[in-house]
Amino acid sequence: MNDISQALQQRVIDAMNRKKPLKIVGGDSKAFYGRETAGEILNVAGHSGILNYEPTELVATVRAGTPLRELEQAIRAQGQMLPFEPPHLGETATVGGTVATNLSGPRRPYAGSVRDHVLGVKIINGRGEILTFGGEVMKNVAGYDLSRLMAGALGTLGVLLEISFKVVPAPHKELTLYRSCSITSAISTMNSWAARPYPISGAAFDGENLYVRFSGSDSAVDAARKKFGGDELRDAADFWQRVRELRHGFFAGRQPLWRLSVAPAAPYIELPGKSFIDWGGAQRWYMGDADAERVRAAAVSGGGHAVMFRGGDRAQSFQPLAPVILRLHKNLKQAMDPMNILNPGRLYAAL
Amino acid sequence: MSATCDHDHEFHVDRDNLIRALAAILPADALLYEREDLTPYECDGLSAYRQLPLVVAIPTSVEQVQAVLCTCYAMNVPVVARGAGTGLSGGALPHRQGVLLSLAKFKSIISIDTGNRSAVVQPGVRNLAISEAAKPHQLYYAPDPSSQIACSIGGNVAENSGGVHCLKYGLTVHNILKLKMVTIEGELITIGADALDAAGYDLLALMTGSEGMLGVIVEVTVKLLPTPERAQVILAAFDDVVKAGAAVGNIIAAGIIPAGLEMMDKLSIQAAEDFVHAGYPVDAEAILLCEVDGTNEEVSDHITAVREVLKRSGAIEVRTARDEAERATFWKGRKAAFPAVGRISPDYYCMDGTIPRKHLPTVLKGISDLSKEYGLRVANVFHAGDGNLHPLILYNANNPGELEKTEEFGGKILELCVEVGGTITGEHGVGMEKINQMCVQFNSAELTQFHAVKHAFDEKGLLNPGKAVPTLHRCAEFGATHVHHGALPFPELERF
Repeated sequence: MNDISQALQQRVIDAMNRKKPLKIVGGDSKAFYGRETAGEILNVAGHSGILNYEPTELVATVRAGTPLRELEQAIRAQGQMLPFEPPHLGETATVGGTVATNLSGPRRPYAGSVRDHVLGVKIINGRGEILTFGGEVMKNVAGYDLSRLMAGALGTLGVLLEISFKVVPAPHKELTLYRSCSITSAISTMNSWAARPYPISGAAFDGENLYVRFSGSDSAVDAARKKFGGDELRDAADFWQRVRELRHGFFAGRQPLWRLSVAPAAPYIELPGKSFIDWGGAQRWYMGDADAERVRAAAVSGGGHAVMFRGGDRAQSFQPLAPVILRLHKNLKQAMDPMNILNPGRLYAAL
Repeated sequence: MSATCDHDHEFHVDRDNLIRALAAILPADALLYEREDLTPYECDGLSAYRQLPLVVAIPTSVEQVQAVLCTCYAMNVPVVARGAGTGLSGGALPHRQGVLLSLAKFKSIISIDTGNRSAVVQPGVRNLAISEAAKPHQLYYAPDPSSQIACSIGGNVAENSGGVHCLKYGLTVHNILKLKMVTIEGELITIGADALDAAGYDLLALMTGSEGMLGVIVEVTVKLLPTPERAQVILAAFDDVVKAGAAVGNIIAAGIIPAGLEMMDKLSIQAAEDFVHAGYPVDAEAILLCEVDGTNEEVSDHITAVREVLKRSGAIEVRTARDEAERATFWKGRKAAFPAVGRISPDYYCMDGTIPRKHLPTVLKGISDLSKEYGLRVANVFHAGDGNLHPLILYNANNPGELEKTEEFGGKILELCVEVGGTITGEHGVGMEKINQMCVQFNSAELTQFHAVKHAFDEKGLLNPGKAVPTLHRCAEFGATHVHHGALPFPELERF
């Protein structure tokens, strides 16, 4: 437990006065992700501790520098979980980085994203002011939703100090069934099953097999086994952990790794290289040498966008924005960080 | 009424010029400016606040919406967007120098995509109409505000509407994928995607619940969920509201997230029973309605578990609905609670605070004390699962001064919610109604940040001026400002 918010605030005020940009760092586990930013290091890892966790209120409030592992252990001990299964991508991952990157694991399409579970935040904006938005309650529509806006902003709109998350009970039982099939059949099966009222909590395709996870009460999971068929995966927890942490065999290799976020039932996106499907079809990992324009166009044709996740040109990590949308982004950046000192360029060159 | 006394949002609009300009871009039947035509638009669901606009524009195409906004932008005319007009916070209250922009003609369900489980709808489509259209595909749209028969999806997005099922299925923000909106400058843009996330900042989250302050929504893509195989409801009676409150926590501690978890107190039970004869136990101090849904097997498991928890929590009676007819009967009383209270009092005023559930006893005690102090009765109806309270203050508007007294009482309840770590509005929005209480929940730096965000989208401040976020000036006049860490609120302002 450590409160260094005043020191962090002072650093931001100094940086603002000197017009010197800051590079916000937590556990440094996702430093590879997104564009690079130069600037004096603002280390928030020291701002840590679980401030409030009440299992029956389904809320946990934690300082941003708290190790993600620590938060997960605390809530697991009470039979609960973070439903968005955030990838750590390193031992040192913090809660703040989890929100700043808004990366969610296999359960995301069925249980929601990091952003979906943010109830409130305390931040330092680019003027060095400590501000609180949202809160510790499930429903709150007072003021603009600046808490969820922080998710995925990569620290460009504010330094996260505290986050309140909605947490949920962990399922009594989980079961993963798998069967061999083609990629086209995997996409259609994932989506047709998701349209039926069964407790699906993960659906992935690794190039050979379709894997579907069910979570819920004992009887519900047993019933799903009878209805859907296929073989039961023995080391299922380990399998989903490897998918979540990008440690599945697919992710080995040095070619550029792209994340294509598309409509779940979008047809198979054919690109030279290999593909892995997660999120019930809505997240398509692609590893290969296709040029960026082609990958981005493919993602757009699937109703979404592409992120150069790792191993390619970091300067072009994210899908270019339409002109009016970019203008609104610049205006928002100006509203939150008028001196442009918080992680400038980390998300887009203009922000 | 306070609504018309806000001098921070004065505009100088030449009515005749405005009518001429709008007549050039809208068909004659899409533009109203005679007093008798304007009257139906003078208020939304919060009828205590009334104001005539200068004109009402009722466009039928996105191009017309763009043209209206372009014109208003060029002429510096305020614009208030309106959907079905069922909002409870005065969010669609017209501006007296402005255009009331009705989206009522945007009533088409454009497409239902069963493969991706989504639907593209126009903003004037009623909430319930989406689920009705999706029903043949065994899909539905989850958020179900109590006004779902009448309220429209555009308004749901503007308010981030919830409903009975949001503890399990989330709010509007969790159940939409994409918006098309028109900026105040008249540009048509797309926010979000058919995918589960989009590039850049999460403008979809920012737009949701922004109360018409940032743009005008002209199309919404919603997520559809598979209709649960089965839903079953339990009714439990308690001789003490505190025990009923504890039972809610115990259900969640048992690892169950009910689809709906509602509480009613004695006065609302009696009013509902007299009205719809749902068979509620009228001698109880509180009842809980707990609905679980899912697969057949899961519902069976959870019903057994919930019954056990309720008995252990001191319920004096636990009934499980045996069939769909009985389920509908159990819900009938809850769904009719507002009109039922309307029968026992000439007027009622519905509040919308949310609190951390553990503070329920404190807040109930506080409401009860205030009720005695003001001499006004209160019927309490709660979305108990997520701590969202709807105290209904009973009053008679014909008694001089009683409305003002009621508003003050309501304000005190909201301040109590903030005091225990909650919020002044869970799902109805700030609008005009709770603008003063925003000064209690947020400090001047936070309010200034909100204004800066508004400025990022609408630098002239033309969209729904004076709503949702109070000016610092207004907060200083209201006098009950938020004090953070002992700092004086609004030190930059003069005091008199």
